[in-house]
Amino acid sequence: MTHDYNRFVTRDRNWHPPAYAPGYKTSVARSPQQALMSLQQPTASELTGPDFRHLRMGRFDNDLLMNFTQGEGLPQGERIIMYGRVVDQFGKPIPHTLVEMWQANAGGRYRHKKDAYLAPLDPNFGGVGRCLTDDQGFYRFRTIRPGPYPWPNDVNSWRPAHIHVSVMGPSISTRLITQMYFEGDPLIPLCPIVHTLKDPDAVETMIGRLDMAQSRPMDCLAYRFDIVVRGELQTYFENQ
Amino acid sequence: MKQPNTQPTSELMLRETASQTAGPYVHIGLAPAAAGNPERDEEVWNEMAGPNAKGESIEIIGTVIDGNDDLVRDAFLEAWQADADGYYQSNYDLRNDFNSFGRTATTADQGSEWRLKTVKPGAVLHPNGAPMAPHINLSIFARGVNIHLQTRLYFDDEVEANAACPVLSRVESDSRRQTLIAKREEADGVVRYRFDIRLQGPGETVFFDF
Ligand SMILES: [Fe+3]
Repeated sequence: MTHDYNRFVTRDRNWHPPAYAPGYKTSVARSPQQALMSLQQPTASELTGPDFRHLRMGRFDNDLLMNFTQGEGLPQGERIIMYGRVVDQFGKPIPHTLVEMWQANAGGRYRHKKDAYLAPLDPNFGGVGRCLTDDQGFYRFRTIRPGPYPWPNDVNSWRPAHIHVSVMGPSISTRLITQMYFEGDPLIPLCPIVHTLKDPDAVETMIGRLDMAQSRPMDCLAYRFDIVVRGELQTYFENQ
Repeated sequence: MKQPNTQPTSELMLRETASQTAGPYVHIGLAPAAAGNPERDEEVWNEMAGPNAKGESIEIIGTVIDGNDDLVRDAFLEAWQADADGYYQSNYDLRNDFNSFGRTATTADQGSEWRLKTVKPGAVLHPNGAPMAPHINLSIFARGVNIHLQTRLYFDDEVEANAACPVLSRVESDSRRQTLIAKREEADGVVRYRFDIRLQGPGETVFFDF
């Protein structure tokens, strides 16, 4: 028995950051030196992937204002909605796919035992969210805007405020982890991790845009962050 | 068509959102158990097979090693494999006996070994009709890794199937091919395979583009 699987638009590896990007010092010893082995003909192993519709989510999994304390206390910081649509390169919405995110608190500190930044932990903030996109490919989180934080790269390197975002898409071929930055943040052009990207247009794909229409008066601002995953090509049959 | 978050770059096709490193704190987001943070009721983690899963029950352990020969203690890995009959099970459900997908991580306090509990996968057909040798697809994310690395784990006790595998045999160099083969070790009645991933330098693991 043979199966046909849809294929995906080839990933443009010059668009994504290269493995070796010496301005981001940790990449120097963690980047392969050998060429990637190209699979000319992807197989079921690459063209399939997990569907998380039966993963049972908690009530507050996408609400970071509530999910660490179950609503007992609210986190410090600027309340925001982060939302957007997951689409493929042809603009087709990707419904029911898993979107996960994690972030620092308003002071720029992560709830992680290795994060020793001076800024304090927030007893009411965990910094982790997840949800599935809806029928139209939309996801939505309620959270606080994270603070920038310093990190040891150059003598005085600071990460712009960012939210780490993970998306699965229809197959392991579309798997992507990125970061959402905030429109207008003056730290974006100074960041060695942002600079791993060569094309300024590629940086623009990671910018969350202020969206006043989705903001809630007297409550929170909204940032829209659409995510584009690799385009799914229809399988065609060749007459041989 | 308008490119989300930016100016249009193409009339016909959008550009993929760019990748960024998962960073040093990926565990808090995707592997709370490894971060020592509270877990939610259902987490995607490293027990892919339960006691009733069909097939040979196995464990896989390994390390991730950088170009200085040092352990990478903040890596996060994802596994995707066929069931014992050679079929991918897309429906992820913690009530299943077996899930094709799993996650694991290296940390500072577990000897920096990642671990998966699963069953040995069956052979999956290559589009050319030939069976591929049993294998597990692994993706590696970490601080300093700008876009995740993708590899395949094969098994050292599948000598004939490995020799005939249309993907494995495309790796011309014998020494490089060996980087994709996990070594069987039996300990305390547990069948265990070891697969150390070298990101750079001598013995660098073969990573795939697909
Ligand atoms: Fe970060």
